[in-house]
Amino acid sequence: MKFAIVVFPGSNCDADCHHVAKDLLGCEAEYVWHQDRDLKGADAVILPGGFAYGDYLRAGALARFSPVMESVAEFAKRGGAVLGICNGFQVLLEAKLLPGAMHINRGLRYVCRDVFLRVENDATPFTSLYEKGSVIKMPVGHTEGNYTAPPAVLEELSREGRVVFRYCDGEGHVVDSANPNGSVDAIAGISNRGGNVVGLMPHPDRCSESLLGNEAGIKMFQSAVAALATK
Amino acid sequence: MITSELIREHNLSDEEYARILDILGREPNLLELGIFSAMWSEHCSYKSSRIHLKNFPTTGPRVIQGPGENAGVVDIGDGLAVVFKMESHNHPSFIEPYQGAATGVGGILRDVFTMGARPIASLNSLRFGRLDAPRMKHLVDGVVRGIAGYGNCIGIPTVGGETTFHRAYDGNILVNVMNLGLVRTGRIFRGRAEGTGNPVVYVGSKTGRDGIHGATMASEEFAVDEAQQKRPTVQVGDPFTEKLLMEACLELFETDAVVGIQDMGAAGLTSSSFEMAGRAGSGVEIDLSKVPVRETGMTPYEIMLSESQERMLLVARRERLDRVLAIFRKWELDAVEIGRVTDSGRVVLFFEGTIVADLPAAPLSDRAPVYDRPRAALAPAPGPVLWREEAEPSGYGDALRRLLASPNLAEKSWIWTQYDHMVQTNTVERPGGDAAVLRVKGTRKAIAMKSDVNPFFCALDPYRGGAIAVAEAARSVACTGARPLAITDCLNFGNPEKPEVMAQFEAAVRGIADACRALETPVVSGNVSFYNETGGRAIPPTPTVGLVGLLEDVEKRVRLPFRSEGDVVAMLGETRDELGGSEFLRVVRGRDEGPCPDVDLEAEKRLIELLVSLAENRRLASAHDVSDGGLAVALAECAMQGSIGARVELDSSVRPSALLFGETTGRAVISFTAGEESAVRSAAAARGVPFAVIGRLGGDRLRIEIAGRSLIDEPVEALASIWRSSFAHAIEAAAEVL
Repeated sequence: MKFAIVVFPGSNCDADCHHVAKDLLGCEAEYVWHQDRDLKGADAVILPGGFAYGDYLRAGALARFSPVMESVAEFAKRGGAVLGICNGFQVLLEAKLLPGAMHINRGLRYVCRDVFLRVENDATPFTSLYEKGSVIKMPVGHTEGNYTAPPAVLEELSREGRVVFRYCDGEGHVVDSANPNGSVDAIAGISNRGGNVVGLMPHPDRCSESLLGNEAGIKMFQSAVAALATK
Repeated sequence: MITSELIREHNLSDEEYARILDILGREPNLLELGIFSAMWSEHCSYKSSRIHLKNFPTTGPRVIQGPGENAGVVDIGDGLAVVFKMESHNHPSFIEPYQGAATGVGGILRDVFTMGARPIASLNSLRFGRLDAPRMKHLVDGVVRGIAGYGNCIGIPTVGGETTFHRAYDGNILVNVMNLGLVRTGRIFRGRAEGTGNPVVYVGSKTGRDGIHGATMASEEFAVDEAQQKRPTVQVGDPFTEKLLMEACLELFETDAVVGIQDMGAAGLTSSSFEMAGRAGSGVEIDLSKVPVRETGMTPYEIMLSESQERMLLVARRERLDRVLAIFRKWELDAVEIGRVTDSGRVVLFFEGTIVADLPAAPLSDRAPVYDRPRAALAPAPGPVLWREEAEPSGYGDALRRLLASPNLAEKSWIWTQYDHMVQTNTVERPGGDAAVLRVKGTRKAIAMKSDVNPFFCALDPYRGGAIAVAEAARSVACTGARPLAITDCLNFGNPEKPEVMAQFEAAVRGIADACRALETPVVSGNVSFYNETGGRAIPPTPTVGLVGLLEDVEKRVRLPFRSEGDVVAMLGETRDELGGSEFLRVVRGRDEGPCPDVDLEAEKRLIELLVSLAENRRLASAHDVSDGGLAVALAECAMQGSIGARVELDSSVRPSALLFGETTGRAVISFTAGEESAVRSAAAARGVPFAVIGRLGGDRLRIEIAGRSLIDEPVEALASIWRSSFAHAIEAAAEVL
């Protein structure tokens, strides 16, 4: 099992994802510089968090033009598993690999704290080890995480079960006070139609070991290993 | 022709100018005058502080690099070292809070990664005026956004800090930022221009007209309302460029191409070129026409004195220059050979084919003026004060609630949730505890770090205040189980030309030095910020201490929250009848009065040793330093963070207000399972630390009785709700006064 971790100028969670894949899971993990087109034979591609191109213009707006994104799009089109975390999710939206867009958080500030998520879809390669309806705790850290999409897209996401995570309270209730950024329908993560491309604002890479007080995130990476290693 | 007006404009005295004439044996030209002015500014030369800073202990078995380099370096074993330093950006932040604070972060990061280290965590120590003072809400918001904007983008977590509000900072806020990085001990880089013929390479952002004379600006006091006119001297930061610069430098350090490197911080190209040549005893020749600039028509004067951010000067091995240029090309940054190392001992500057400055390198630092400025006698320690005879408060529970709601003690998550405190996934103890704790990947170790100073104590007694700052930081770090290793500092004071300010400075430095000797925590780096005055009013002496400690085994760390029903609560140390300088006196009595609490450094050392050994032997369930707000606030914090009640019984001859809210030093509250009690008791006895069991955990209320009389009986959740919501409410309710 090999993960490719894309490094844009300004990515800053690339090493954190590498640590989870390599040190915690014992998988192969390779960095791929944004100018490269070779995904090095990876089974799954991670677009990590950070501030690609400083988030200048708009988060992800410049990164989508990086040469590597052509390869990522092709890989996704062939059914390859792609996970975008935080800034990586923003890049996937800008690259149109996932639908919708981000507004600035409704609080107009960066927010770094734990939130609760309800698992809405356990059929993607990154969520298969979770149970649908279960509640997990995961940290967020972003300024532009207020997800939005036209009504038709939202209806489609909902109908096709493509909302992967929703912000909720500790008991799993979707309530406004549990939504850290104002995302429509409390959407924290979504997938493409094939389910192989998943993006989310919270950081599974920041809660994958007991030393950090929370291991809820590692199942996202383990799910990928379970789903792909057998291929 | 250098007129006396020009000399004055460059903030140089007649004696200083005479010294320049003596060094050169001729009149300087305008560019040379500008260079002397920047190098001899208080900010760069430490001319008023140097004579006192000599008293700091700066060596120790683990110290690899003490003061004098870009940052200090301390060995933590396993072939690794920590690199750290603290710096102020007070004046720029008061003028333009977002950019001032942001570039403060950028500057301290460069100081750390210049040494070859990857920065892993920042702390910030902030002092603001009253929230309803003019511009204050704007300043708080801007500073927090600025620190967040820079640190979050570059991906270095801001893991802790402290924020104090007091009217004494209405006209002069303080923004102190500390950063710590990790480096392999064999890969430490220094700012030295060595090897005649080696290329001098300029890397990073282009040079613009921003921040010219920033170092000089930072070395003056402000007249009232002058701050806004100084905005053009504040630099503008670009964290994205700094991220690229950092990654490019760290990649470069893995090669053998670099001889020496230095950040272009205060006084930009001037200080970096002179200091690198000065340290190595070499010289450099630089062609200023080759410096990448943002606009046409920039003069040599502007190029040498610009403080544009995100720039470095490095000396490469001649034969490896191509490798250097290739790495910076990859990161899409400018990298230009602008000169070469010589053995002339001089810095010679060319511009468009002619020599525009020719100065000796070393004398600009070595023969910089050093002043033993006059000091007034410090005000004598206050005698018995009125509050001693005053009635006790009508309700102790009410006093506790008011303290928990005060901006100084209330939880500051409004601030730290705006900082990414988790990136790099090393933060095992998040903000809100005693000290931040970061694991060191690839080892079992962890680093604990804490910034601290109580300016109210320092105002009452700068010597004790300085000593207490070190003791309190060390105690906080020891509460996590980490052994204190070394400190950095950021000494914020008023105008050193005023004898009363110089007296405060000398006393605070002596206090820090004595504490560092007693606690075996040498000073390895630091910064002095004078002229923190507006309209002739100086800030209280604020010598911020940043202390770093080492946990050999991260699994043995101790946390702040109370843990389990039935656990025993005990107090280490003794409470004296002291209320002076306390938050209780300020908040509940509305009085800023002394005397400053006493400090017993030997007792502090014993307490620290005890805390470290109890953690090492896994005796403790929790530990928390007792400081601001006193014992009642410390107990409340442990209970609120643990969401568990406690029943505490105290018995003492000290009057209840001092027992509950006094800020006697040298104390900690610990808890442990009942089975550990005898072991903890004998460990305390063996080290001569006063130990008293004071209660047990259980229920959902915090009850404190003194000699059988219930003084505090409050639901923990109700206290927590006050503590957690008060700061956000206060700042959102504060009027926007411009």
